[in-house]
Formats: sequence, structure tokens, C-alpha cells
Amino acid sequence: MSQVLAHTTEHDDHGPDQGKGVIGFLKRWLFTTNHKDIGTLYLCLALFSFFVAGGMAMVIRAELLQPGHRFIDPNFFNQMTTLHGLIMLFGVVMPAFTGMANWQIPMMIGAPDMALPRLNNWSFWLLPFAFVLLGSTMFHAGGGPNFGWTMYAPLSTKYAPPSTDFMIFSIHMMGLSSIMGSINIIATILNMRAPGMTMMKMPMFVWTWLITAFLLIAIMPVLAGAVTMMLADRHFGTSFFEAAGGGDPVLFQHIFWFFGHPEVYVLVLPAFGVISEVIPTFSRKPLFGYNFMVYATVSIAILSFVVWVHHMFTTGVPLGAELFFMYTTMLISVPTGIKVFNWVSTMFKGSMTFETPMLFAIAFVFLFTIGGFTGLMLALVPADYQYQDTYFVVGHFHYVLVPGVIFALMAATYYWLPKWTGHMYNECLGKWHFWLSVISVNIAFFPMHFLGLAGMPRRIPDYALQFTNFNVISSIGAFIFGLSQLLFLYNVIRTIGHGKKVDGRVWEGSHGLEWTLSSPPPYHSFTTPPVIN
Amino acid sequence: MAVKKHVKLVALLAAMVLGMFAFGFALVPIYNSLCKSLGINGKTNTESIAYNAATVKIVHDRTVVVEFVATNNSGVPWAFYPKTRKLAVHPGEIAQLAFYAENKTGHRMTVQAIPSVTPGIAAKYLKKTECFCFTQQTLNAHEAMDMPLLFHLDANLPANVSTITLAYTLFDVSDRVTKP
Repeated sequence: MSQVLAHTTEHDDHGPDQGKGVIGFLKRWLFTTNHKDIGTLYLCLALFSFFVAGGMAMVIRAELLQPGHRFIDPNFFNQMTTLHGLIMLFGVVMPAFTGMANWQIPMMIGAPDMALPRLNNWSFWLLPFAFVLLGSTMFHAGGGPNFGWTMYAPLSTKYAPPSTDFMIFSIHMMGLSSIMGSINIIATILNMRAPGMTMMKMPMFVWTWLITAFLLIAIMPVLAGAVTMMLADRHFGTSFFEAAGGGDPVLFQHIFWFFGHPEVYVLVLPAFGVISEVIPTFSRKPLFGYNFMVYATVSIAILSFVVWVHHMFTTGVPLGAELFFMYTTMLISVPTGIKVFNWVSTMFKGSMTFETPMLFAIAFVFLFTIGGFTGLMLALVPADYQYQDTYFVVGHFHYVLVPGVIFALMAATYYWLPKWTGHMYNECLGKWHFWLSVISVNIAFFPMHFLGLAGMPRRIPDYALQFTNFNVISSIGAFIFGLSQLLFLYNVIRTIGHGKKVDGRVWEGSHGLEWTLSSPPPYHSFTTPPVIN
Repeated sequence: MAVKKHVKLVALLAAMVLGMFAFGFALVPIYNSLCKSLGINGKTNTESIAYNAATVKIVHDRTVVVEFVATNNSGVPWAFYPKTRKLAVHPGEIAQLAFYAENKTGHRMTVQAIPSVTPGIAAKYLKKTECFCFTQQTLNAHEAMDMPLLFHLDANLPANVSTITLAYTLFDVSDRVTKP
């Protein structure tokens, strides 16, 4: 440790001293407190989980390729949908954005490192163990959790397999990890900004992460509470969610969605931040309406706490509550609309070029908006009675999460990878990856809307014959999408070792403190605070 | 240098985390008391409400259909059904019916019936004078009985409610019965 600390006082760009052999390698990564190292660890974990959870999606789509009982039994199918959801959320999107926050935030605000480096190390190293715990459930007697990622009681209490307790503890660990990560990010942003970097000069990615971190601090403890109550109901004889003992299963849904809806914005706000960085760079214009972007982000975050009942319109809530939550939900489309308007206005009359990150960003704006519109349809109470629990919902949230959040992650990776590694990715492969992804993602998810409107329920391993055609189309799209991500994997790995060398600015239109550093940046970003004009 | 600033901020954020963890649990009593005071989750009165024929107003020109549903929770192999499937009543009018219950097992069991009203908003207008759900019911092996239910509807029942479904679910509470 003293070796690492000694480095904080001198300027070096050769990385940390590493001991000999495997032990030295392990110690370097296990004990690292450097924001770039930890960011890299987060990103590697996210990339690995992406292919694990993506593989599960392939299993799901293979089973749904044809009606009837095909490859896997229904219980295993249910485990796949549950784990696919949990891992994509907690294992892919959240660690990937935390990794990017680790890499970028100190560089963007002119700080040498994160505020609490050791806490940072612990936040990361909880995660691999949490996911081993979660993954192990599949090999338990009785199988893994099979009740969907929403874990509704009593499916997750009375009727759940024994392995559910492992899932509960794994969620506790993930929650702890992201709470500590958020505390670290807030402390870094509020206390470590370079002189002159006022709040309203911070890059949008930093702003969105600041708000996301506050959201996480507010909601992860509530999720921890909900799963703790589940655990108590399962083993300690309490009846939080059991009607026989005076509890109420609907209460679980209220607590879960009080966490669950802001969680949606935890996933998507950093994506907004990324897009707000990428579009100005390749439009060669500053972001249009920066102040409005900040205010819109804050309003989305606040509104996200008063909309949760729109996930449970059909649980028998009173008409007044349905109306209230319908209106607040529709209100969220105002700040979101401001954001979309500002991105489009940034591009308007800009000198645009279409490198891979920009292509992903434009696809994000377009396809995320489609997901937003289907969300508005679901927000309407009378329509929701028809659409709820069908493939329409699946289509909706995959539109906001895959061509939305995942595309933002792709854009961010292509955008910052040259900065992180000092090498340019292969543009031709990147374009292939983009076009294959953007076409296949629509083939995969667009037909789901039709399936849902025709009445196909979600979370079933088999379906009526009339749904066959659209399911075949959807599965083929999913397979193409899954395979084209291998191009991404190859491109990233190749870039690290082989790509063309880049200078500090990387992009012609790049703007911001991180581009004033060399590529790759020195091990400790800004040992002397930069001057901000 | 910045360490002192960090300590204060981190302490504040950690306090927020603990506060939100507590809030998660506080949602349980908040939910229960909100549901109770607003009468919105279909739960009926758990203690007898006296019926006074002299003061209760009967609305003769309005008829409401009350349907009865009986369900056994898993692990309760009893015969359990309402002897009257549905009743047409005037709001304010007292109505009486019986639920049949038979313990089909070879051992003594104690059950608790949990009521639920649909639409939920009607729950607070359905007033029970006598109900087998007010107490736990015990039957010996293969014993059977008729369980009474005596209720009336409040005259203030919202006008758009024309049908009310009253559902009972039997839960096995034999383990929880306090031994005399």
C-alpha cells in the first residue's frame, strides 16, 4: 500500500509497481485504490456479465423460437428470465456506469483520484462475490430463483426455492456496493472539484451521475429493507407479506416499486449524461440548453419518487390514486422531452460527422424516444388494463434499456476507449457492429409490441400458435443482436493492444478537462489542479 | 486537507442511508394505517358493528347484489362454501346467511377466515354484525358446522357500486393457536 501512496506525490505515467508473478498481479488488482484500475475492474465485470446475461437471453429466445416445449423445462425458463433481469441490471448496467464514473469523473472535474479510494476498492470487490453467490443458485437443489426479477411475494416467500436466500444476500451485497460507490461519487464531486469548476460548469455526465448517486442512496436501502422482510417472512415467522398472518402481499409491490421506479432512472440518467457528452463532440457545437439539461435531470429524479403505483394499476388501488399516478407519470415526459429536444437542437446546424459513438448516440435518441412513447401508452390507466403483463411491456422496457441504455454504454465505450487505452478502435468494425446492432435490435424487440397487443402474456415458456410468426422474427433478431456483440468484444480487446496511437484530444470536437490529459492518461489524473477559465 | 470535509459529508450521506433503510420498514405501518383510515384495500371491520333497526335508514328503491366467494388457502383440505351464492339487498337492510365448513382431515384443525371485498372502496360500507371471521374456528376431525354471517350495507354506498363481491379465504392457524 505504501508504494501506491508514495506515488500520489510524484507525477508518473507508468502505472503502479507490480510484484513478481501471479501473486504480484493478484495483489496489484486486489488491493488497488486507483480510480482508473477500479474503473477498469468494474468495466471488465460488466463486460463479462453482459455476455452471461446475454447468453441467458439467447436461451430464452431459443425456447420461444417455436411454440411448444422445446429445449428447457418451464422452471429453468423462469430461472433464466429472473437471472437475465437481475444480472443485466445489477451486473451489467450499474457496474458499467460506475466503472465509467470511476474513470471519468476525476478526470472531468480535475481531481487526482476519487475521494475515498479504499472504500472504492471495497465497493468493487464485493461485486464478484455477490455474483458468484447469485450464479451459484442455479446449481442448488430446487433450482435458482424463478419468480422474475421483481421478486413478488408470495412467489418469493412462500413458494420460492431454498436458493432464494442466496439471492437475498447477494442483493444485500450489491446494494452495499452501490451505496458505497454512490457515497464515494458524491464526495468526489462535491469536495474534489478543481478551483473554478463550479457546479454549473460541470460536464453533464458528472451532473447526471451526481443525481444518480443521490437516487441510489435513497432507494438501495429500501430494496435492502424489502428483501430483508422477505427473508424474515421466509424464516423468522413474520408476516409482512402473508395475508394469513395479517400482512399484505400488495405491500411488497409498493415497497419494491418505491425502489424500482427510481431504479429505472438510476439506469438511464448516466446514459443521458453520456449522450450529452457525445453529441456535442461530433456536432462540433456546445450542448444546447445546458442549464435546462441540469434542471430536467433534477426534475426527473424528483418525479421518479411519485410515480411507482403505475406499475400496479391493476392491484385494486382507488381511482383517485390511479389518476394521480397517471398524471405524475405523464409529467415525467416533459423533462425527458426537454432533453430530447436539446440533443436534437445540439445537432441542428452542427458540423456533424458520424463516427461509431455518434451513430450509437443518434440511435439512442431515436429509439429511446420510441421506448418513451410506449411508456406513455402504458401510463394511461384504461390502456394499461389491456397492456399490463403482456409482451407490450417487455417490448417497452427493452426499447428503453437496450437501444437506450446499452447503446449509450456502447457509445461511451467507443468514445472514451481511445482516451483510456491510447489506441484507436477499428472504425470499420465499429460501424459493422453499429449497423448490425441497430437493425437486429429492432427486429428483436419491435414485434414484441404486436405480440403484446395481440395478448401474449410475458414470462411464459410456451404460447398459442397464432403468436408464432412474430416470435420467430423476434428470436432471429435476438440471435443476430447477440452474435454481433462478439464484434464489439473483439474490437475492444484488439484496441487495447493493437489500435492506432491517438493524441490527447482524440476527437476533433472534443471539449473538456479529460481531453487535456495524454492518452492514456497518467496513473494519477491531476496531481496539480488544472486552471479553468 | 480535504479529509475533514469528507468526514462530515460521508457521515451525512451514511445517515441518509440509515434513514432510508428505516423508512423502508416504516412503510409497513404507514401502508396499514393509510389503508385502514381510507378503507381502500378491501378489508372489512374485524369487530362487530351493532345493527340498530330504529336508526338505520333503509333505501328501498335501490338494490345491490352481494356475491359470496369461499377459497381455501393451500394446506386446508376443508369443504368450505357459502350456502347462499348471492343476495340482492337494499342498503340498510340486514341480511343473514351461512357458510358451510367441514374438516375433511383426520385431526383437529383451527382456521382463520380472512375477508376481502371487491371493489375495495365498498369495504367500509359493508358492516358486519356477526361474522365467523371475527374469531378463529376450530373443528375436530370430520366435524362440520354452519358458520353465520350477519351484515348490512351502509346507505352511503357510492352510487356506481351495484355489485359487491365478498370473498373469504381460510388459512390454517393450528400452529399459532395459544394452548388453553
